[in-house]
Amino acid sequence: MSRLNEANVIVAKEIIGRYPKARSATIPLLHLSQQQNGYVTNEAMAHIAELVGATSAEILGTATFYEMFKFEPVGKYLLNICGTMSCALLGAEELIHHAEQKLGVKVGGTSADGKVTLERAECQAACTEAPCLQANYRFRYRMTTDQLDTFIDDLVAGRLDGEIPPHGTVARVRQHIPADKGVGAVPPTDVTEAPAWIAAQEATK
Amino acid sequence: MSSYPWAPGYIDDGDRPQVVTSRFQYEDSYTLERYLATGGYDGLKATLARTPSAVHEEVRAATVLGRGGAGFPAGTKWGLTPQGVWPRYLVVNGDESEPGTYKDRLLMERDPHQLIEGCLIAAYAAGLSQVFLYIRGEMALAQERVATALNDAYAAGYIGKRILGTDFSIDIVLHWGAGAYVVGEETALIESLEGKRGEPRLKPPFFPAAVGLYGRPTIVNNVETLSNLPWLLLNGAAAYTAIGTATSPGTRMVAVSGHVKRPGVYEIINGTTTFRDLLYGDEFSQGIRDDNQLKAFVPGGGSAPWFTPEQLDLPFEGKLVGAAGSMLGSGAIMVMDDTTDIPAAALTLTRFYAHESCGQCTPCREGGTWLERVLSRVVDGHGTHADLDQMFEIGESICPGTFPHAASTELGLTAAPFPYKMTTICFVGPSAYAPVHSALTLFRSEFEAKIVERKRIPVSIEAVGAH
Repeated sequence: MSRLNEANVIVAKEIIGRYPKARSATIPLLHLSQQQNGYVTNEAMAHIAELVGATSAEILGTATFYEMFKFEPVGKYLLNICGTMSCALLGAEELIHHAEQKLGVKVGGTSADGKVTLERAECQAACTEAPCLQANYRFRYRMTTDQLDTFIDDLVAGRLDGEIPPHGTVARVRQHIPADKGVGAVPPTDVTEAPAWIAAQEATK
Repeated sequence: MSSYPWAPGYIDDGDRPQVVTSRFQYEDSYTLERYLATGGYDGLKATLARTPSAVHEEVRAATVLGRGGAGFPAGTKWGLTPQGVWPRYLVVNGDESEPGTYKDRLLMERDPHQLIEGCLIAAYAAGLSQVFLYIRGEMALAQERVATALNDAYAAGYIGKRILGTDFSIDIVLHWGAGAYVVGEETALIESLEGKRGEPRLKPPFFPAAVGLYGRPTIVNNVETLSNLPWLLLNGAAAYTAIGTATSPGTRMVAVSGHVKRPGVYEIINGTTTFRDLLYGDEFSQGIRDDNQLKAFVPGGGSAPWFTPEQLDLPFEGKLVGAAGSMLGSGAIMVMDDTTDIPAAALTLTRFYAHESCGQCTPCREGGTWLERVLSRVVDGHGTHADLDQMFEIGESICPGTFPHAASTELGLTAAPFPYKMTTICFVGPSAYAPVHSALTLFRSEFEAKIVERKRIPVSIEAVGAH
């Protein structure tokens, strides 16, 4: 049951329909499958291959390039502590070490209760708010070790579930282009002429 | 009020012009209601009242330099698409991940409609068939804000078929990545958008404007670059070039982070603001933390060669900074005070680039990880003197010849200007070397202090009687 379920196949087809070529939907569909299953399964990749007209090896090739896709189950919360320069200058190592102690794991490991997977992350584009971290890609800024303790406690107790969805869900809002409003994606080979407003300009020259 | 809890890091002290951050003062700046109440989509209306070539000409006249790193003027870039070849696409580069850089995420989270309006203006002027807005995978809030903004703008008729009753029709598709720094390189971004591994394409062709997405002419513009367009079209190129200098007009978003009293993201006047202003000025970072001394700073994102206090009076201007041995890159300054362990600081960047190498080019894949391993060993106190020269040697195989560096009176060094030569397809390999090269060139004694002298044991094998 780790192929995309019926509801997600409908979402997948809508996403594919936005691109001039179906293959472009690969990464969004991998995210969709990870949202459904918590990680990217072989069955899901085979299913995505069918949907976008690629081989499952091609989908695997794409998926393994990207950091966010996991191929084994991870904790409900992925805790990414940034270790790049600005964060490192302001105590990231101490924070990472503290998280390891608190969770009882080394970087890359998942806590015994299966709730939190700890990772050392690369620059998260919050350098002025160093040291920073993300839990399932939701930020916390200028963290101290005390704040980290409280944060992990709140996270594990589910007190932040309103803000932080389980691993796999990134954005909770999806784009939706209403059929009567959208122009529609056209295969690149089917477009040979200038768009209407350019053609109109040319005509008046 | 100078900072806002809803825009972490953004500081607007002082009386500077605001081209892209004018709405950050409002908590609801990301909504269509606030956008429309503050002049939103008026730049689009001004655009649609003119011909596409007139709009293109306005952007060209304003010399809007690309804010992603390379600094290529947007108007010129749009003009590189081959005549009469259709379709043409726009890919918006929202994959901000250069170490030290924090501005595009703020612009997407705080003012998504401004970015959308910028996309529409570009699409109208350059005759584009479709727009793909590529947001970095890890930026959940930016994705949500942009998705909501797109949905609202479609519903209100600002995007889609026959926009505002004209014959201008365009779709903007939100696309999101999944974590890979190298995808910020424009040809890698296109590969990723085609559903492939994000590996940069071999050059030539040098510009996706000739051969890009699906092999068609494609313009790749940075989020901040496009966010400038609504203001520009509303106020005109003359007003835009009245800010800043002739070679660097307008404003720029700059993030100052690290060992300063007030780290922040500032919209600065292009070309005239100096690094001293940014690091010490009251409007900006207000000096080094604990009143320590400044040791070094990275002027333009993790890929940029480092500067020392000697370069503080340089203005934030691309050509001058290039001649002085570094680059402005993506508007990111990282500051190190005199308590900083320089080799360890360099390692945090080299590790980043070694980790983010896509693996296509041997000098980067092997050289980057070698640099990381040799530097780690030195930082951990297991290095040898030969390791220090070894790092230059590895760097030489990624970037043959003189690598750019800053001048130093103390060391008797004159500046080696940008650019460098490289044996790799993209800049990730050279970026792994840049921090090592700067740190070793400017602070070699700190590396030598980490080398533990190992005395030879004064006995021979014969004396032990091994045979």
